[in-house]
Amino acid sequence: MPAPDTILEARDVSCHFDVSPPWLTRVVERRGRRILKAVDGVSFRVRRGTTFSIVGESGCGKSTLARLVVGLVQPTAGTIAFGTAPDAQGKPRTPRLQMIFQDPYASLNPRWTVEDIVAEPLHELKLRQGAAISARVGELLSLVGLARTDASRYPHEFSGGQRQRISIARALATEADLLVCDEPTSALDVSVQAQVLNLMRGLQAELALTYVFISHNLAVVRHMSDDLAVMYLGRFVETGPAEGVFEGARHPYSRLLLDTIPDIESPNRERAPLTGEVPNPINRPRGCAFAPRCSLATDLCRSERPELGGRGDVAVACHHAA
Amino acid sequence: MSSPVLAVDGLSVTFETRRGPLHALRDVSLSIAAGEILGVVGESGAGKSLTGTAVIGLIEPPGRIVGGSVTLRGRRIDGLDVKAMREVRGREIGVVFQDPLTSLNPLLRVGNQLEETIRTHLGLSRGAARQRALGLLAEVGIPAPAERIDHYPHQFSGGMRQRVVIALALAADPVLLIADEPTTALDVSIQAQITGLIKRLCRERGMAVMLVTHDMGVIAETADRVAVMYAGRVVEEGPVDAVIHRARHPYSRGLMGSIPSMRRRMDALSQIDGAMPRLDAIPQGCAFHPRCPVRVEACHHERPDLAGPPGHRAACLLVAAEAAHAGA
Ligand SMILES: Nc1ncnc2c1ncn2[C@@H]1O[C@H](COP(=O)(O)OP(=O)(O)OP(=O)(O)O)[C@@H](O)[C@H]1O
Ligand SMILES: Nc1ncnc2c1ncn2[C@@H]1O[C@H](COP(=O)(O)OP(=O)(O)OP(=O)(O)O)[C@@H](O)[C@H]1O
Ligand SMILES: [Mg+2]
Ligand SMILES: [Mg+2]
Repeated sequence: MPAPDTILEARDVSCHFDVSPPWLTRVVERRGRRILKAVDGVSFRVRRGTTFSIVGESGCGKSTLARLVVGLVQPTAGTIAFGTAPDAQGKPRTPRLQMIFQDPYASLNPRWTVEDIVAEPLHELKLRQGAAISARVGELLSLVGLARTDASRYPHEFSGGQRQRISIARALATEADLLVCDEPTSALDVSVQAQVLNLMRGLQAELALTYVFISHNLAVVRHMSDDLAVMYLGRFVETGPAEGVFEGARHPYSRLLLDTIPDIESPNRERAPLTGEVPNPINRPRGCAFAPRCSLATDLCRSERPELGGRGDVAVACHHAA
Repeated sequence: MSSPVLAVDGLSVTFETRRGPLHALRDVSLSIAAGEILGVVGESGAGKSLTGTAVIGLIEPPGRIVGGSVTLRGRRIDGLDVKAMREVRGREIGVVFQDPLTSLNPLLRVGNQLEETIRTHLGLSRGAARQRALGLLAEVGIPAPAERIDHYPHQFSGGMRQRVVIALALAADPVLLIADEPTTALDVSIQAQITGLIKRLCRERGMAVMLVTHDMGVIAETADRVAVMYAGRVVEEGPVDAVIHRARHPYSRGLMGSIPSMRRRMDALSQIDGAMPRLDAIPQGCAFHPRCPVRVEACHHERPDLAGPPGHRAACLLVAAEAAHAGA
């Protein structure tokens, strides 16, 4: 049983996909099975009413981890356990989960009106009855900056950012205790994004909602997070209180990630991408996965995988972290 | 000066609905020279994607182009028939849609989709097309391309799919790339790789780019010029540095002000008060006036046109007055 304020606890969770070519090809080309380790031995704990964020390179396993949390994929190894959240009467119950997907359009049924889409969880979970349903839909739409009259329109009639807000309104309709947000505001311009993020923080303060938050926008992550994990090739390389990591990142990859943020005050028009071989989750390097691109790497890094550990609140997986 | 690769002139798009016409784009004019990157920014719903969609002839009923023209390398392409337009789209214009999934067929392997596009438009052999496909996947940063090329789209991460779509758009060596939020799903490092690739193609092959994004960091580091859109119109247009640091239109100034800073955590992000008007309720006069901190009486009924020195113009009565004053 997780500690009392823990809503979610993952222990040594892995998710491996079999991406082997068809049997015949394998035989002809004398190749073995190919296993893609999308998530590889990750542990973390999320406290109720806080935001736990995951950042890292595209393809490092963030969405897979999100899908593991909401049960859309099953772990190959390890466990995910949930604490409790109080219901309307304050009695503890299993927390309700909801996910905001990375592809907003793909998650909206094109044949449903916005009203149908946002009202579905209200019907499904019996959160509202009768006329209260329409009223609630209107309320949610205006909360995310859409108009009540948008309820009768179809998803294709909206712009990309408007569609993303429809899926946010739908997620908020569920009144879920734990909201897993995979790039929830990536399609929003700064002004609307500010509005949605301020709304999410407001709801969190009011209802003690918990967020698992994934975003490539580090300014947004900094704004939202209590705790932060930096992920690299399926593993956490640094984790701890968000401010601690932002202020004093110790893992060479985290430092690189935080240093490369484009800034309109001092744009770097000759920005160079990370050099070195792009990591391949099908064929992980033996030691530290970041070693091939790391300027500090030594023989130890190439042979032995560093475990997460460290001083104070922040844990780092690096042989040389200062 | 040589003629631009893309010239959009006075483009207007209207949706006919039960409740009357919605004027989604009004009198939009843009031009992009060879080797130039035009950034298009503006609030959600401003008409950025629609402008791109209109250029490539994919506005669907009940929407239609009701005015203006689109010229590609001196040739009118608005009003081409479906078949001719499809040819232009694959060969001369590469497109990255805002929803990357819509460009990928979930039932086909990633490599097949790339090879198909390459063979259709460049007439390469099967083997050469595969080599080019592998090269493109490497250029957009897909790890171990030889191992991933025969995977299906669902086996890729969101950002990897977005990169495959970029590879598809570049596959036929287009003269114009329309990229609608091409890097939203990417971390800064891979983003730098993609923008670096796009810049290189501009420089080396004179590709023109229309880059739609709400990420001002990307604009600052990539675009040469910027067009700011609001409620279906271009309200400011100028060199990237000038628009970011010396924005003339009050809307553009608000937009630049609401960018969250990396340097410190803020209690609340600043936002421009109010919302962009809905298409069925665009106010008289300047569409921005209800939210404008510096509006004057005339803004309620007079609609400003782009004004100011050529090269950096804004559609604001105050800017026009200033320009007239400076000119007098
Ligand atoms: N169903 C699947 N079958 C095979 N491989 C998969 C599957 N889903 C994900 N992967 C692989 O797992 C790895 C991690 O993918 P994931 O979607 O979790 O990345 P991500 O961190 O969310 O990246 P992004 O930022 O690009 O969205 C990738 O290499 C991806 O190709
Ligand atoms: N089929 C349609 N029917 C009615 N209105 C539409 C249709 N397609 C788009 N619109 C409207 O046209 C306007 C402009 O849409 P567009 O997709 O160009 O916005 P955008 O600037 O790309 O915004 P975003 O940043 O959110 O992607 C929006 O208000 C949208 O609701
Ligand atoms: Mg993802
Ligand atoms: Mg758009």
